[in-house]
Amino acid sequence: MSSIDLLDASKPAPVQLRNVVRQFGQQRVIDGLDLDIAPGEFVALLGASGSGKTTLLRSLAGLDSIDSGQLRVPKARAAVFQEPRLMPWKRAWKNVILGLRIPDAKARAVQALTEVGLAHRLEAYPATLSGGEAQRVALARGLVREPELLLLDEPFAALDALTRIRMHRLIIELWRKHTPAVLLVTHDVDEAILLADRVIVLANGKIAEQLSIDLPRARDTGQPGFQAIRARLLNLLGVEVEAPAVAQHSVASNTVRRFAHG
Amino acid sequence: MTEKTFDTQSPGGSFSVNKAARPDGELQGAARLLPQWLRNWRTPDVLLRLLSPIALLLLWELASQTGLIPQRVIAAPSQIGGTLWAMIASGELGKHLLVSLQRALVGLSIGVSIGVVAALISGLSKRGEVVLDSPLQMLRTIPSLALVPLFILWFGIGEFTKIALIVTGTTFPVYMNLYAGIRNIDPKLIEAANTLGLNRRELIWHVILPGSLPSFFVGLRYSLGISWLALVFVEQINTTAGIGFLASDARDFMRTDVIVICLLIYSVLGLLIDGLIRTLERFALAWRPTFVRN
Repeated sequence: MSSIDLLDASKPAPVQLRNVVRQFGQQRVIDGLDLDIAPGEFVALLGASGSGKTTLLRSLAGLDSIDSGQLRVPKARAAVFQEPRLMPWKRAWKNVILGLRIPDAKARAVQALTEVGLAHRLEAYPATLSGGEAQRVALARGLVREPELLLLDEPFAALDALTRIRMHRLIIELWRKHTPAVLLVTHDVDEAILLADRVIVLANGKIAEQLSIDLPRARDTGQPGFQAIRARLLNLLGVEVEAPAVAQHSVASNTVRRFAHG
Repeated sequence: MTEKTFDTQSPGGSFSVNKAARPDGELQGAARLLPQWLRNWRTPDVLLRLLSPIALLLLWELASQTGLIPQRVIAAPSQIGGTLWAMIASGELGKHLLVSLQRALVGLSIGVSIGVVAALISGLSKRGEVVLDSPLQMLRTIPSLALVPLFILWFGIGEFTKIALIVTGTTFPVYMNLYAGIRNIDPKLIEAANTLGLNRRELIWHVILPGSLPSFFVGLRYSLGISWLALVFVEQINTTAGIGFLASDARDFMRTDVIVICLLIYSVLGLLIDGLIRTLERFALAWRPTFVRN
């Protein structure tokens, strides 16, 4: 949480939602939602399918409008989606600086790609990149804009387990360095607890519950308290788990712990 | 040096391949007696591929010489070859070819330009689509051949009619494909571009145009073929030069050798055009997975 302390406390929250409603026909997908995200805060958004997570993220990204309420987001924001969404006809570095109107853009692209460990793939076309590499280019493309708000829509869902662990480390590292507020939409409860300062559970277009995660970083699934939070969140999501039993079992088998650095 | 084993004894049966590495510099039997360059000789694939066409040509020649195929049905390959040589030597073929190429090229460039402009208008704007698309879809279904009498009435039997007919044939393939290409761009990429803050002009330049380029090339291929085919009937209208003229003239004089030469020219040019487009695509679409090599 050190990243938050460094920021100007007088600065208003970059994200402020008041009584936001979004409906498709009769169905209210977002139903009177209030949400604040502090500068540099890492928030994870959990929820069953159809709970309004993606709609909320799209509204924040400016891809979708709202029907009523108040929504304030910073102009400097970037989104990374489940698919990398790179332009196949542009080389990696050109993808990174697409839409960026600055002098000496290539140097910035090189810097951004070096940060995500892809200095050697500058000239690669997206078709030649692996899933993890492409997602890292997408991340570089987001961060090169120095966003105040970084929106992540299940960015690791399509990656294999090993790549995902590496991406978790990378995202924490980059978050520390660039200090954007982050909103991560995910299905993975473990991922949410490993990465976020605060986990929000969305149900029926409203915040059903939110938990501050005070576990010290670097976190791992075998950490004391981790399984209790996990059980609580799973219960909120409608999956019955016996909290203590799970916790004991997991502590016993250290080898299956999941880690996140940072 | 390949050893294949079929194991029929075990219940499921099995098949294994055992290939020993070829030892360098170690030669077997007679190969030792041959000089190095001959031992390394590999018959080029092109030559191997030519073997069967050559065999067919020989059979054809034989059938013609023995009178099995009369000349009014089709001339012997040797005679066709002789005529072809004579036409090249006299410059006759070159003259006709040049005239035809010129017609095709002028018609094609006008047709493709109209197609591209129309596709951009109706692909990029809703209003443009409303205004342009349905009339173009109606016109597209009219066969160019059916327009011949009308065009002759309007524009006479001069060069204009010929070019105009090629234009009508080549506009629509480019229009249809480019329009579909623009409309079929992955909406997710458009969304990504929007989150990156691209304005309309940048969106068109960096996303929509490069994304629809593969479709444009499909249309261009069709159009090139059509421009060439259109010559066959266009050049039967009051002409004294061109490959189409050559073919219809040969028909009147029952010159089967000249007709075959015309057909040959069509297929060779078809091949060249395809090669040209492939080369263009290799540069313009270098990013496509089929062209990308590490």
